Amino acid sequence: MIALRLRALADRAVTIELADQAGTEAAARVAAVGDAVAAAVAAGQLPGVRDVAGAFASVTVHYDCIETSQKQLVEALKALIAPLEPQTATTGRVWSLPCAYAGTHGPDLPELSAALGLDTAAIIERHSAVTYTVLALGFLPGLPFLGDLPADLARPRRSAPRARVPAGSVAIANRLCVIYPWDSPGGWHLVGRCPVPLFEIGRDQPALLAVGDRLRFRPVTDAELNDISRDLARGARSPETFLAT
Amino acid sequence: MAALHVLRPGARTLVQDMGFATGRGLGVPLCGVLDPETLLLLNALLDNPPGAAALELAMTAPVLQAVGGAVRIALGPGLAGRIRAETGEMRPIGPWQETTLAPRAVLELDRPERGAPALIGIGGGLDLPRILGSRSTCLAAGFGGLEGRALRAGDLLPVPDDATGAAGGRTLPPPPPLEGPIRVVPGPQDDSFGRAGLSRFLAAEWTLSPALDRMGARLAGPKLDFAPGRGADILSDGITPGAIQVPGNGQPIVLLADAQTTGGYAKIATVIRADLPRLARMMPGDTLCLAAVTVPEAEAAARARAADLRRAAATRRALMQDRVDEDALWRAALEGGMVDMTRPDHFPGALDDG
Repeated sequence: MIALRLRALADRAVTIELADQAGTEAAARVAAVGDAVAAAVAAGQLPGVRDVAGAFASVTVHYDCIETSQKQLVEALKALIAPLEPQTATTGRVWSLPCAYAGTHGPDLPELSAALGLDTAAIIERHSAVTYTVLALGFLPGLPFLGDLPADLARPRRSAPRARVPAGSVAIANRLCVIYPWDSPGGWHLVGRCPVPLFEIGRDQPALLAVGDRLRFRPVTDAELNDISRDLARGARSPETFLAT
Repeated sequence: MAALHVLRPGARTLVQDMGFATGRGLGVPLCGVLDPETLLLLNALLDNPPGAAALELAMTAPVLQAVGGAVRIALGPGLAGRIRAETGEMRPIGPWQETTLAPRAVLELDRPERGAPALIGIGGGLDLPRILGSRSTCLAAGFGGLEGRALRAGDLLPVPDDATGAAGGRTLPPPPPLEGPIRVVPGPQDDSFGRAGLSRFLAAEWTLSPALDRMGARLAGPKLDFAPGRGADILSDGITPGAIQVPGNGQPIVLLADAQTTGGYAKIATVIRADLPRLARMMPGDTLCLAAVTVPEAEAAARARAADLRRAAATRRALMQDRVDEDALWRAALEGGMVDMTRPDHFPGALDDG
């Protein structure tokens, strides 16, 4: 594999660009490079590297310039990447996550309906018919970026971001879908609510989802959403029970 | 076990250390102190491991009482106040001075200079659980530190036992502050702005706007334009503290410790490691100028500054606490090691009564 570009974040990090657009192909390249760099760090082959994180089409390697120089690091990274192939094997898990679309859970559905020329039911049907791939985790702890949203649901981000998007919001923009694990500012269109906690710091793997996992949204009623929320809150149900069988 | 009892919490007092170094792959921001230089020096002064947790405050200081034992502390720059013993006796305390809070003694600090973020180091650090290798507070997701939140009145901060035996009374001359323009390396997306945009960015004087928090410092100045055919939006990629993103309004934001892990705005430049701590100590209304350097120049500056800090940490001076006027001591320490405090005749006026 060849890096398209290397971009320096001063003396702190290097971003390796592996594709020009987001999607499953880019994610396969990111996964291959991210895993290889992490393995090399674990094996002590990349001294000074502190952290490795993948985005849609790039991997950012954070380093300590007291222990290495960017020049040395970049040479080592290029050599490491050259023999790699994109990670095509779909080893991830498959999830079926409940999503309540009605009323207050999807406040942007009416506006989307007008902009897309689709009625609300058609938007929900299309949104829940897709098997998404987790393309990246980022922005907030455990937040999954899901692709690819069907082209006929694609809209640019809202021009005026909300100051507060409630935790659990399922939101779309362009060809992507996210689930907000935390209350946060946000500029995406809110279409529904998913009650499953995506990040619990006490777990061995705090993030529920991993890059490469696939998931579908299962439309649920308000009553069902309440039942599921209650069972999750009192520990009667674990998030793993939403793995598709 | 000794603890610090929070009598008053201060406006925003957080447990922080060097941050969650390995969480970005999960979307966990670095967090940690805004000023890692001061944390390193306070920990050296207190004989702590370099990354021991401290309290970072902003705007107003907490009022803390030692309970269940003695607690050693040291203050970073911008902080001063008094220690009130259980007997009611008061003694002054200033920055860069290790001292011991006897059991029941209360630390009462003045408002930090200009309200800027400041640090209280604690002997032995804090005995709180480590998450992802860190005791930092992640406010965005409510974990780490003390229950993932800012301190509240009534909180008890457990201090490890090994902190309670030392005598206290040492001081540390901080290295001279770095001055001049804040140095940046152009990129990672300086190509989104073209040569003209980058020149304008580097030539301008920028003012810190009131919207300043642990996530970012917004800069006000001339509107930056994007190169023809380019805009603010990029395919989201990795971020580090110091990266300067420019949203569609053309006004840059320097990302700080709590910044999100990825971002979708073009980043015109990145502040070098050596200069970020002093930027993180600035307040709204302060102005700054920028200068472009290369990556090797940035790395050389980081190594030089690290050597300064190591030297400062190594020159901390032992002083017999009961033989000195601590007020004179901290005023001397403030002067940045201009006097040799191991020699009585070089120390301003307080050793005659020993």
